[in-house]
Amino acid sequence: MSTGNVKLSAENLQAAYGDVQVLWDVSLTVERGEMVCIVGSNGAGKSTFLRCASGLLGTKGGRLLVDGQDMAGASPEAFLRRKVAHVPEGRRLFRAMSVRDNLLMGAYLRDDAAEVRQDLEKVYEIFPILAERRDQYGGTLSGGEQQMCAIGRGIMSRPELLMIDELSLGLAPRAVELLITALQTIRRSGTAILLIEQDVMTALELTERAYVMDRGRVVKAGASAAMADDPAIRDAYMGQL
Amino acid sequence: MKPWLWLVVFVAACALVPVFGNNYALRLATIMCLYAGLALSWNFIGGMAGYPSFAAAAFFGLGAYVSAVLQSKGLPIGVTWAAAGLGATVFAALIGMAILHLKGHYFAIASLAVVEVLREVVNTAEDLTGGGMGMNIPLPGMPVDVQARLFFFAMLTMTVLLLAVTIVVSRSKLGFGLRCISQNEDAADILGIDTTFYKVAAFCLSAFGVAVIGAIYASWVQYIEPPDVFDILYSVKPLVMVLLGGLGTIFGPVIGAVIYLALEELVWRNFLTVHAAVLGGLIVALVLFLPNGIGAVIRDRTKRAAVRS
Repeated sequence: MSTGNVKLSAENLQAAYGDVQVLWDVSLTVERGEMVCIVGSNGAGKSTFLRCASGLLGTKGGRLLVDGQDMAGASPEAFLRRKVAHVPEGRRLFRAMSVRDNLLMGAYLRDDAAEVRQDLEKVYEIFPILAERRDQYGGTLSGGEQQMCAIGRGIMSRPELLMIDELSLGLAPRAVELLITALQTIRRSGTAILLIEQDVMTALELTERAYVMDRGRVVKAGASAAMADDPAIRDAYMGQL
Repeated sequence: MKPWLWLVVFVAACALVPVFGNNYALRLATIMCLYAGLALSWNFIGGMAGYPSFAAAAFFGLGAYVSAVLQSKGLPIGVTWAAAGLGATVFAALIGMAILHLKGHYFAIASLAVVEVLREVVNTAEDLTGGGMGMNIPLPGMPVDVQARLFFFAMLTMTVLLLAVTIVVSRSKLGFGLRCISQNEDAADILGIDTTFYKVAAFCLSAFGVAVIGAIYASWVQYIEPPDVFDILYSVKPLVMVLLGGLGTIFGPVIGAVIYLALEELVWRNFLTVHAAVLGGLIVALVLFLPNGIGAVIRDRTKRAAVRS
């Protein structure tokens, strides 16, 4: 594995909220164009890791590299300029802004207006329902549509790595299917995806590699397919079959 | 282009007052511009950024005292007004960096504390400010009616300037950024908006406007004392006006100021002893029945009429 191929890499990362340490020695990599998931129970530190990897939370130790560059103390803006985009848990749309404006806000740091318009059309192609709802307020969308809009907003920054926190939480199965199809489309365009997903079976089916986190540490890492067959994982996260 | 057209109409209407109106009308028009200026200033931080600031009275008093102290040292009146604005801007930047990471009620309380602290500082600094005795500001030495006109046009100029800045900001990247912050600050962060800088910028704009208006006010009334210019009502009134007119809108604050002044003139003097209760009742009614201001009600009506026809 050459370093030139690695988009995001954490080495023994430590993170804390105030005095409470949440991440312990987390090491994780995502290569360009790769689809990786982090699974684990509530409070395992998955979302905290994403907050670190998008600059929302400062790290307390270890290293966090994007394209081989140390990102210690970098702002969310710096991460976005290095083409790492974050779709946060709970969607977090601008409720009193139209769907179109929400999507355009994703391109806030870009100044290539013509290409932004093209990318907007691409988002509408991936999520046709958003084109229909383009003038509606973000707050009036259904849960699944909001998630589509949040992911669309994420790709409007033209990321090389898209990190999605809790893709399917609280959504109808039909909406989740649409989202998964969309992720595969986004993936085919060459964007790497780091997915946090509480539905372990779906996550392992969708991705090539997986990390299992527990109480702030990575306890297992490997190929998703192998992990899906691992009896220990099946016991812990999928129940007896 | 439409907002600029309305701005010209507003200026023309106001400029006619000294030509046709009597002294009472001129005084009322001056207060209207003062109120509109305060409301427009508060709108940057409270309306656009969604941070419920109660610091307006602090900036008002600070502006009044900076200008008064400099005037007593013999500086020209216009220079002291500019110095008041710049001083308050720097002060707001420092305070803003300290308290703008707080949200909601916590920010409101912290901004309220700024008023109390400044008032105590001014009370204590007797050598400079005369403390509780207040300050007499030397007269510019001109006829009373000319003075009245001068201060009216000064207030009007400041209001027009703030209105122009509002129009520019609301269409700029700063305006979009502030609206994003008010709707969802986490999302704004994630999209690469420098939220700290934007919030401080909004706070500074707000401080600048309020402080210059405070400075003009001090020159106008020619006597200031801490309880007068650090009166918490200077924090509450702009908030009520902006809520009345419409949060984060361009002309809402001006419309709100006009309605508020009308209420004050018509109702207040009939309820002199309970005017604070009336103000409280008004705030409650606003929150319950007009959460988006009068502007939104008018917009909804016209929309519904359009749908029906």
